[in-house]
Amino acid sequence: MEATGKRLSTRKSIARHWQLYLVIAPPLLFFLIFKYYPMLNAVLAFKDYYVTKGIWGSPWVGFKNFELFFENPMFWSLVKNTLLISFYLLLAGFPIPILLALMLNEVRNRKFKRFMQLVTFAPYFISTVVMVSIIMLFLAPRLGFVNVFMNHLGMDSINFLGKPGMFSSIYVWSDIWQTAGYSAVIYLAALSAVDPTLYEAAKVDGASRFQKIWNVDLPGILPTITIILILNVGSVMAIGFEKIYLLQNNLNIANSEIIATYVYRVGLLNANYSFATAVGLFNSVINLVLLFSINALARRFSKSSIW
Amino acid sequence: MTTVTHKIKESSGDRTFMIVVYAILAVVLIVVLYPLIYILSSSFSSPSAVSAGRVWLWPVDFSLRGYETLFKNPQVLTGYGNSLFYTASGTIISVTLTVMMAYPLSRRSFFGRNAIMMIVTFTMLFSGGLIPTYMVVRELGMIDTRWALIIPNAVWVWQVIIARSFFQSSIPDELVEASEIDGCSDLRFMGSVVIPLSKPIIAVLVLMYAVGQWNAYFDALIYLKTADKYPLQLILRSIIIQNNSGNSVMDAMKQVERQQLSELLKYSLIVVATLPVLIIYPFVQRHFVQGMLVGSVKG
Repeated sequence: MEATGKRLSTRKSIARHWQLYLVIAPPLLFFLIFKYYPMLNAVLAFKDYYVTKGIWGSPWVGFKNFELFFENPMFWSLVKNTLLISFYLLLAGFPIPILLALMLNEVRNRKFKRFMQLVTFAPYFISTVVMVSIIMLFLAPRLGFVNVFMNHLGMDSINFLGKPGMFSSIYVWSDIWQTAGYSAVIYLAALSAVDPTLYEAAKVDGASRFQKIWNVDLPGILPTITIILILNVGSVMAIGFEKIYLLQNNLNIANSEIIATYVYRVGLLNANYSFATAVGLFNSVINLVLLFSINALARRFSKSSIW
Repeated sequence: MTTVTHKIKESSGDRTFMIVVYAILAVVLIVVLYPLIYILSSSFSSPSAVSAGRVWLWPVDFSLRGYETLFKNPQVLTGYGNSLFYTASGTIISVTLTVMMAYPLSRRSFFGRNAIMMIVTFTMLFSGGLIPTYMVVRELGMIDTRWALIIPNAVWVWQVIIARSFFQSSIPDELVEASEIDGCSDLRFMGSVVIPLSKPIIAVLVLMYAVGQWNAYFDALIYLKTADKYPLQLILRSIIIQNNSGNSVMDAMKQVERQQLSELLKYSLIVVATLPVLIIYPFVQRHFVQGMLVGSVKG
């Protein structure tokens, strides 16, 4: 009885609020066309694409494109570069905003704190192209600031961007420089929400500042840390393609070609659509698997998970 | 009262701890700030000072040569105009669509709200990929049109979540009910109650989309072919990263002078391309933080 009553009111509610459905229709259409239709188009990965036949008319080839990719001599180096850069970024870049937030939280001088936040937040707004331009100007072999400085100290110039071994460090540390202040904001917010009575208790117990951070602050923001960690792991395979693409050159390509840049090169520049779609799909699926696993782990070992 | 508690004498261990903290923060401050100052100072120095590596902190032989050359370069001017256009039109479209999506989703009585929310958030986790998306844009005939930079990335899921959280927490259900009793339609309610009450979140959306659009370059790289449609970021890439120094203006000059100037030009270009964002930055930062907080409350 209750069910029918509910259904009736649902229908009535839809009829009464038809205008809301009208309002949401255009953005929903946007998601269907530009997000879901491409997912459908991803069947390209299982086809041999002929321009004249279109996506649906082209013949099915099963997993051929995937096999081609796995047998490709570049396969392992692409996977290795992608994972190496992203885990490097995760390991180095994840704790730094937390440390920054914990330290900023200790600062009692309001003006200094605000100034610090203003400055560390600023690089976040620098566009990728400008960021890469800055890196290139600073690391230029002859006139770059870093080399000029090293010459002053009597050291020889280094062609930083020409050394494959330095690529991941350049990428990761410039990324930390750009985003640490921005990422710290969430932790600062979480810190401001920690129950003040816990601090009082810690004070009564005679805790030092460090003990207070260790026993009150850190446990207080642990749920936030877990969520951010999950989100970061969930985007491991989606590392900043644009920045890596712009930083690449013929000298560092051995360590800088990642799956995403390879997809762009093979797929769009060489018009090898089916193969590149397969490679891209492989990337997305790995990413999704990573996200689900870390989420399951987090749910088992701590109380917070994203679903 | 709070000041009294702070006045309690600190132990020497705590004092050392704080000295270490301040020292680390000071180093961080320098590391972040110095490159920014260096770029700004270089852009205001003379061409010869820049290429001789004589700039360390403040401008050397103050000059505006870089900026003068820059604003005589037709490529840069077109790029600037294009970027302004993409930013303005893109932001209007994005904000409108985001509000249109977020408001109905914020209504508790809206049937299908959870399903739609799932559909939308799933796109954050999984996507068809670069090529399939490119194919859709091509099928729609948007390749090499200005639309390609405005439409395919118009709505960001994160922005929808933030806006929805805002509507949920700031438009009370009682207000909706009262207006319904008065016979006010949903559209009218949105127009005359929701929008006026939502200026803060609309400001956040405008700022986020505008910054994103101004900084965007990848869509232009893959979808545009004609140089007169290029946004500034793409011009910037060609001049600095690919080193095609805006030759047209500098052809007549002597080789050495030209090379020096092209070095200086890069610094000025970085400043000019970041200027619009820097001007609104202090304002943006405050709202960005608020927006992020609203969003993460749900998250």
